[in-house]
Amino acid sequence: MTGEASLAEKGFLSTDAVVKQFDAAVAVNGVSLSIRRGEIFALLGSSGCGKSTLLRMLAGFERPTQGRIYLDGVDITDWPPYERPINMMFQSYALFPHLSVWDNVAFGLRREHVAAASLADRVDAMLNLVQLGAYAKRKPHQLSGGQQQRVALARSLVKRPQLLLLDEPLGALDKKLREQTQFELVNIIEQVGVTCVMVTHDQEEAMTMASRVAVMDKGRVLQVGEPHDIYEFPASRFVADFIGNVNLFDGELIEDLPERCVLRTEVGPIHVGHGVSGALGSTLTVAIRPEKISIARADAAKPLAHNAWRGKVEEIAYFGAYSTYIVTLEHGQRMKVTESNALRHGHRDITWEDDVVMWCDVMAPVVMPAT
Amino acid sequence: MTCIAALLGRGWMGRPLVIAVPYVWLGLFFLAPFAIMFYISWVDMGNDILPFKPLWDEASGVLRLRFDNYTSLWRSDQGQWFDTLYVDAYLRSVWYAALSACICLLVGYPFAYAMTRADARWRPLLLLMVMLPFWTSLLLRVYAWKGLLADQGIVNQALLALGWVQTAPVLLYTDVSLLVGMAYVYLPFMVLPLYAALSKQNPQWLEAAYDLGCTPWRAFWIVTVPLSWRGIGAGMILVFVPSLGEFVIPSLLGGPENLMIGRVLWDEMFTANNWPRASALATVMVLAIVVPLVWYARVAAKDDRG
Repeated sequence: MTGEASLAEKGFLSTDAVVKQFDAAVAVNGVSLSIRRGEIFALLGSSGCGKSTLLRMLAGFERPTQGRIYLDGVDITDWPPYERPINMMFQSYALFPHLSVWDNVAFGLRREHVAAASLADRVDAMLNLVQLGAYAKRKPHQLSGGQQQRVALARSLVKRPQLLLLDEPLGALDKKLREQTQFELVNIIEQVGVTCVMVTHDQEEAMTMASRVAVMDKGRVLQVGEPHDIYEFPASRFVADFIGNVNLFDGELIEDLPERCVLRTEVGPIHVGHGVSGALGSTLTVAIRPEKISIARADAAKPLAHNAWRGKVEEIAYFGAYSTYIVTLEHGQRMKVTESNALRHGHRDITWEDDVVMWCDVMAPVVMPAT
Repeated sequence: MTCIAALLGRGWMGRPLVIAVPYVWLGLFFLAPFAIMFYISWVDMGNDILPFKPLWDEASGVLRLRFDNYTSLWRSDQGQWFDTLYVDAYLRSVWYAALSACICLLVGYPFAYAMTRADARWRPLLLLMVMLPFWTSLLLRVYAWKGLLADQGIVNQALLALGWVQTAPVLLYTDVSLLVGMAYVYLPFMVLPLYAALSKQNPQWLEAAYDLGCTPWRAFWIVTVPLSWRGIGAGMILVFVPSLGEFVIPSLLGGPENLMIGRVLWDEMFTANNWPRASALATVMVLAIVVPLVWYARVAAKDDRG
């Protein structure tokens, strides 16, 4: 416990065993995070996992039941929101409908009694940064969703907060606009150089925007890491399943060497090219990402010696850039395989009911505790 | 019922029919009577069954258009302008109606605000409490205030018992009793539109205000209040308009010096039997009510356009 706390204090923003309880329900259950200065940190989880409650505690809208929150070494747990050097961009944007775009952005500076001339300079500069200089006199309802989002961003950045909070920043935009906005948003945040914590349920959004991601479930943080680590080395079944697609098999550890191990699973022995922590005979879970498995017609390929399977194609889902095949193995187990459609004119050499072979490298599987 | 539904479903005049209903109602029961009243305000007094004479006298062929029904409202018998009983009564009515509206706002705003903040379980009960008085006769409720505010009434006895006053003040038949009665009766007309406006507000507006550096007190004044101005406007008008012509409450709770236009109208109509002058009085009063209504409607429409 003390070890965790001292670790937490090293971060620019840190939460120390924060708990939030609403009546009988525990929304956030002992979260200790350490967020570095200047990074974009994402809290990722499905709805009800406690990520929004955690964000609201950082903003000061909720008081933790237990635990402390430190910003730059200062305990801000009991500070009201209007005294924290933290600003938030709300999911609904929460722009003031009775004020113009300019006045919305100026709102926070007016509360600080910034001198009129420098206030105007800062508001204009911020509106230019988000490319809304020409819209200063409009009212929020006269703007498109994407423009409103940029006003909300400008409003939360103009006070030069030490910490920027983004609540589902792209949640209210449609898919096409979302992809484009992701990069704009990251650009602006990096230009300003502010530390940022964002909440999202969209793993792609978290992966593309954040430098580090915390995956949350049922009020707890399951894993913290760079997007790449979270995807390639999930520490638990939940994380492996939540981020992207995955094939999961439970198996018994039957061979354990420093450089490799073998698990006996329902789809036969799976060879893993690295050591694992676990006693011989213990039950573990193996995760293999579908894109790490190769697939070919049974008559046209020579699979590897290990980690190879035979089956019949049951379903094909065509996504344009790639296709996902669902293959039924001998004993009815199913395996998901993804192949990129690198060749044009989509000559489907694999089709429904085809007999296929599949194989993967020994470095492809990831082993984690079962359950 | 099915017959109407079938008609509407077939699209046969359905839309115009639905729209026509309120207009026919207003035309029959508001516009037509107003036109008759307006007509009477331009003619002579009479002494027939109908106590006014026709505008066009068929026997002599003379048009008898009387302006002095209106001018006599403004000019005294001594020839002095704006020095009449009627002008006094108008101004006093406007003053009391405005005061009532302000008192209702001061009492109603915290009440409506508390209702929107209350636990969802309690809200129906609180709304019920606001509307409950409507289910009792207006006369009974106003009479009850007579008992409360009388010299030996409950309010005075309580004040004496608490030692807040040494001698019982006279409350009944004064401005105090009049305004208490008006504010009490019209309070629901203020609370309901305010509640409607406040409950529509996005709670994240307030959070955004706190986030940007507002204390809760400041956020209330620069976010909650400006964003509820429609509710305030609607409530003020809903209280002001009926208060202006109020007859029952001033008669029962007001003193002789609180003569309001409703009472004057009553006297002209039923005591002096001067229908033309009463009609002129009423016409002027309707105009006085229409002006703030039109102003509110225009401002609201402008606000809609942004």
